[in-house]
Amino acid sequence: MATRLGRRSVTFDRAPAIIETANLAGAMEFDGPLGEYLQVRIDDPYLGEASWEKAESRMQEEALRAVLRRAGRQETEVDLCITSDMLNQCTSCSMALRHLDVPHLGIFSACASLTEALYLAATAIEAGTAGLVMVDVCSHHESAERTYRFPTELGIQRPPTAQWTATGAVAFLIQAGAAGPRITGATVGRVIDAGITDPYDMGSAMAPAAVDTLVTHFREFGRAPDAYDLILTGDLARVGSAVARQLLREQGYELGDRYSDCGVLLYDAERQDVHSGGSGMACSALVLSGFLMHQLRTGRYRRILLAATGALHSPTTYKQGESIPAICHAVVLEAEPGGAGEGEGA
Amino acid sequence: MGDLQGAQFQATVEAVRPKPDYIGNALRAFLVGGLIALLGQGVTEYFLAAGYTTPQAGARAAVVMVFLGAILTGLGWYDRIAQFGGAGAAIPVTGFANAVVAPAMETHPEGTVMGTGSQLFTVAGPVITYAVVAGVLSALARWLVLGG
Repeated sequence: MATRLGRRSVTFDRAPAIIETANLAGAMEFDGPLGEYLQVRIDDPYLGEASWEKAESRMQEEALRAVLRRAGRQETEVDLCITSDMLNQCTSCSMALRHLDVPHLGIFSACASLTEALYLAATAIEAGTAGLVMVDVCSHHESAERTYRFPTELGIQRPPTAQWTATGAVAFLIQAGAAGPRITGATVGRVIDAGITDPYDMGSAMAPAAVDTLVTHFREFGRAPDAYDLILTGDLARVGSAVARQLLREQGYELGDRYSDCGVLLYDAERQDVHSGGSGMACSALVLSGFLMHQLRTGRYRRILLAATGALHSPTTYKQGESIPAICHAVVLEAEPGGAGEGEGA
Repeated sequence: MGDLQGAQFQATVEAVRPKPDYIGNALRAFLVGGLIALLGQGVTEYFLAAGYTTPQAGARAAVVMVFLGAILTGLGWYDRIAQFGGAGAAIPVTGFANAVVAPAMETHPEGTVMGTGSQLFTVAGPVITYAVVAGVLSALARWLVLGG
């Protein structure tokens, strides 16, 4: 059973394992520094469909089917499927799941949905309410731009704080007692609004939520940052992660080289015109599904803390002058004890 | 953790956040806006040379520039020009064409009425609205000051 550590943290004692992952990603993501760890490249953002929304839904469905195929499992074996996406009413999940026979829970924490879903999956497995759980999150650059900001072809000069929504659909299969990197703990975030109103500066808006969750995590787990080989925030990108690093310093935590951010890692900011860096649900999910899963499977990293961050505004709220509430959920991921990479060292 | 949200946080953000390159942006806007204006002037001169009067040539040049803005938007180039040139690309009439064509391009899956028809002016609409308002106010001011 799970053990509670304070009000917001928990350890998962049955050690639910990520047994398989599948991802599809766009050309920008493949051309980034972590492209070699990705699986299926999408060059046409329409995927041959009539709209970006249909394309996004197709990506979701293909990721869900691919993860089952890779694991050699059937959709009828799945006890619970937790999904999220960034379109209004999370329609790209729902449209995709019309074609699958799986019990489904739709969730939304913007770009923190990945870690929320992993937390819920692990919790369900610990509670015994589900055995095999599927998690899937997706974002699509063009449909997200359309949902949140302006038409993609509009001649708007994006400021240096702007972030690039990643295109990708990522699925995971999670089960206890199986081989694979483990979800061993989590810290649930709370909504923090630091008063940032600029939707082109989501990194600064989300940084306080990330710091709040990380500091709470360290305190409730009784761990120092050096208990982790890597601490990754979700998609604060360069500006937000610099703010987070400074805020953590002010809280007495010097993270140094063991801290980075998925929005920084996914793209090469010098070569790719992504401004501050990546964002979108797929941003942290692609980093986990590709690079991090590889590092955990090979034992390069033994224990990492993934703290995905979400900006919880809508186009309506920011037009009405509301500031941007943000959230961050953290999960602890550990290499399988005695796994294939044991002893390769971190 | 009150200082995650207070004045100290604002100071941290201000210290870390990169400032837009105002001088570079202004120079690039001058360059791009100037090149578009130069092209427009060239087109106007062409029509003048073809024997049109100045108002006729200006109107025709505007049509040509709107057409070019629309084509470059359709090819997916105008947003890149604007990322470089900023207001230099947004202010000329080519930018207005871009502001109309860009939403038209991505709302067509919702149909010609609820999509393109209703969304065509989502970006350019305020320009038209407030141009009309400004026109009424300036006419009113002229009437009040000059008596018609």
